[in-house]
Amino acid sequence: MYVIRRIGVFLFSLILASMLVFGVMSILPGDPAIVILGTRATPEAVESLRQELGLDRPIPVQYADWFSDAIRGDLGESVFTGKAIAPQVVDRLKVTVPLAVFALTLTMLISFPLGVFAASRHRQAGDAVVSVVSQLGLAVPAFWAGLMLVTLFAVRLRWFPASGFPGWGESFFGSVEALILPAIALAIVQSAIITRYVRSAVLETLREEYIRTARSKGLTQSQALWRHGLRNASIPVLTILGLQFGALLAGTVVIESVFVLPGLGKMLLDGISRRDLPLVQGGAFVIVGIILLINLAVDLTYRLLDPRLRSH
Amino acid sequence: MSMQEPLLIHEPPKPEQRGRWRRLNFVVGLSIVLGVVATALVSFLWTPFDPELVAADKRLLGMGERGHPLGTDQFGRDLLSQIMVGSQTALFVGILAVTISILIGIPLGGLAAARRGWVEDVVMRFSDVIYAFPPVLLAILLVAAVSPGTASAMVAIGIAYIPIVARVTRGASLSIFERDFVAAARTYGRGKTFIFIRHVLPNIASVLIVQMTILFSLAILAEAALSFLGIGTQPPTPSWGRSLRDAQTFVQITPRLAIWPGFAIALTVLGFNLLGDGVRDALDPRLESSRS
Repeated sequence: MYVIRRIGVFLFSLILASMLVFGVMSILPGDPAIVILGTRATPEAVESLRQELGLDRPIPVQYADWFSDAIRGDLGESVFTGKAIAPQVVDRLKVTVPLAVFALTLTMLISFPLGVFAASRHRQAGDAVVSVVSQLGLAVPAFWAGLMLVTLFAVRLRWFPASGFPGWGESFFGSVEALILPAIALAIVQSAIITRYVRSAVLETLREEYIRTARSKGLTQSQALWRHGLRNASIPVLTILGLQFGALLAGTVVIESVFVLPGLGKMLLDGISRRDLPLVQGGAFVIVGIILLINLAVDLTYRLLDPRLRSH
Repeated sequence: MSMQEPLLIHEPPKPEQRGRWRRLNFVVGLSIVLGVVATALVSFLWTPFDPELVAADKRLLGMGERGHPLGTDQFGRDLLSQIMVGSQTALFVGILAVTISILIGIPLGGLAAARRGWVEDVVMRFSDVIYAFPPVLLAILLVAAVSPGTASAMVAIGIAYIPIVARVTRGASLSIFERDFVAAARTYGRGKTFIFIRHVLPNIASVLIVQMTILFSLAILAEAALSFLGIGTQPPTPSWGRSLRDAQTFVQITPRLAIWPGFAIALTVLGFNLLGDGVRDALDPRLESSRS
């Protein structure tokens, strides 16, 4: 029952999000036909292009048309190149999604041990060091970290390529190599955020009755934590990871620009500079759709982790 | 927490040690923030050089050369002056973006907490959907439809943070609405709007202030990212993100151009984060200073 309701909420959110994506572009001033033809075009030319693009129809009709195509995987054609948008988006996702997943993996590898360590050294030197480091990590913009990494590891030391992406079919290892520095840049910032949540979630758990019970049975604090605590601490951490995934995808959009990676972010920015509204609409809708889907997945995973929730 | 001590929510031991740590956060954070504000104010009246003055004979000067403390960029513009003036943009965007988000977010969150039921459902569902739009994505949509610039960036960032403010306001207000003094005000015949403004808001002010300082630093980071992408602040207005965009092409020759503006961003954000942590600890000692 819960699962069905949650999926209903997801579909509702998806529709609302599509209205927002479409609405922002259609309601705000700026006529795509004039954008394409330039301001010196004759009113007749603008009018005929408007008819050709279907812009003379009422906005709700245009929206219904766009949305019913979009859910069937057709995001329309680019105004600039005339090519179908959906295949381009799929192509770009092959860079953006691996980069985001790579960064997320690094983030977990860094922040889980650090957070647990800090919590186990609560109010001791180790905790303080982790807290200072994470405070610094929070302040650094990911794209700046990227620029610094390029300067150091690509330009000075020449360990990694500074920019570009060979493509998965072309060179698998070359592609992985091209994603290492951008993934590190993203992970630096994300780890700082997640470490703090892991730390407080573990601290919270250590105060629970069942940890006290486990301790009274003779388990050491770390035994109690490993056997009973981490599974419980993982629930709030999972929420944050899910919520942060949006920020991570947004960070990917920015970081692609530092490393000149042909991902979704690059596509959106190219779309803006060419005033290619359908392209930007399509790309943005896909990103929001992914974020909503991740949120759905996180909510459903809770119930696997926390049996207490299943009875609801 | 055991049942024998229901009133003592925080752990009392070691107060003086923890107090010192807290004050350090607050003092360091406040000093940095005041420093940035002072820099912005001074830069209105004075900078070492004209930040927008292009000088072909002074291109890419090193640090300290010909009186330029941080050197010059590829157009011969003084880097220190640009960074000083860039603080105006950062603070301006931060203030307006946070203002937009609280002006809409606080009433929405309050409405949800006061009305409950379907009103709450609608408000929270809607804010969940907005929350799925990261600021950068909202900005990309806005900029594609209107035009790139500081105003689009500010509005996009402000809208993106409305759900955060609404959620925090609702969460904090819910328990206050259950309190006896609210029930007392209701028997007086006070309306929910009056009760929210008069009784609930003052009680959740500390939570909101902390949230605002955190949003402020997030807004500075977002503006920097947008200007770096070329869809935020437009030239010739100096912005730290903009400087980093300009520096990107020259980062292989002169990393210095990318180091200093980034350092300015990181320092400012650090200042606001520390200030936020410090204020939270000072206003509400029950809250652990572990969440961001």
